[in-house]
Amino acid sequence: MQSPILDILPQLAAGAAHTHALGFSYDSLDGDRVRIRVPWREDLVGDPDTGVLSGGLVTTLLDHVGGLAVWVALGKFEAIATLDLRVDYMRAAEARRDLIAEARCYHLSRSVAFVQAWAFEDSPDDPVAAAQSAYMLSSMRSRGLGSNLKSRPETGR
Amino acid sequence: MSDLLDRLPYALFLGLKTASEGQTLTVTMPFDQKLIGNPVLPALHGGSTAALLELTAVAQVATLYPRLQLPRPINVTVAYLRSGRPVDVHARARISKAGRRVAHVLAEAWQDDEAQPIAALTAHFLMAEDDH
Repeated sequence: MQSPILDILPQLAAGAAHTHALGFSYDSLDGDRVRIRVPWREDLVGDPDTGVLSGGLVTTLLDHVGGLAVWVALGKFEAIATLDLRVDYMRAAEARRDLIAEARCYHLSRSVAFVQAWAFEDSPDDPVAAAQSAYMLSSMRSRGLGSNLKSRPETGR
Repeated sequence: MSDLLDRLPYALFLGLKTASEGQTLTVTMPFDQKLIGNPVLPALHGGSTAALLELTAVAQVATLYPRLQLPRPINVTVAYLRSGRPVDVHARARISKAGRRVAHVLAEAWQDDEAQPIAALTAHFLMAEDDH
């Protein structure tokens, strides 16, 4: 069965006002690895002397793609919130080039999702930046379908 | 150097305004619809708050160390403490240690009450231009 999340990934990548204003777009999904992209734009530059995209934009891209990776791992959309995010800047991005970000949720616990993400022009093997992040899952989760049934035995059901 | 953010395109995109008191900068990101990341709540996109914190740290380091011109972060960690409501966000950074090669910077972002920050940043900056 195809995950229902697939159809809404483009909307999740770019549907909010901020991601729309930044020009984010959904790129691809390969297993548990999801990619989004931000086209190079003059007003997103961090250093006017070099034309390189801003570090703050890279952080936003990595934060956002991480959220998509969590929804892919969950197989559905639910409210999540970034708990924290660490970004290592390995090198300056290449001037006037689009950036791609790839993320993978490598562990899901009951309340927290753990994600790794990379930003690059061509390949995640040569990243501009890498991120390690944690996302809080919806608190409704423990009261969701499965746990609901599990808590019923004492009522005789 | 307190006008640094007035010259960076991405800081202009976010609408950042810098105020200085002595050598200490306070940077404000005025609320704008395009900063919204969650239309249901509604809440600011965490990335916009993170970018505000990062750029505030960059500007504060540049103010105290003008020879760096455009300080480069080695890494940044952002903790999201509260969701950002659709109002202005303010941020201030301080350098907890400036070594010969690396500086450690802390920054916080708040909305109405500085004692109730919505996000906190820890960052390392490169102090030597030819390093890294």
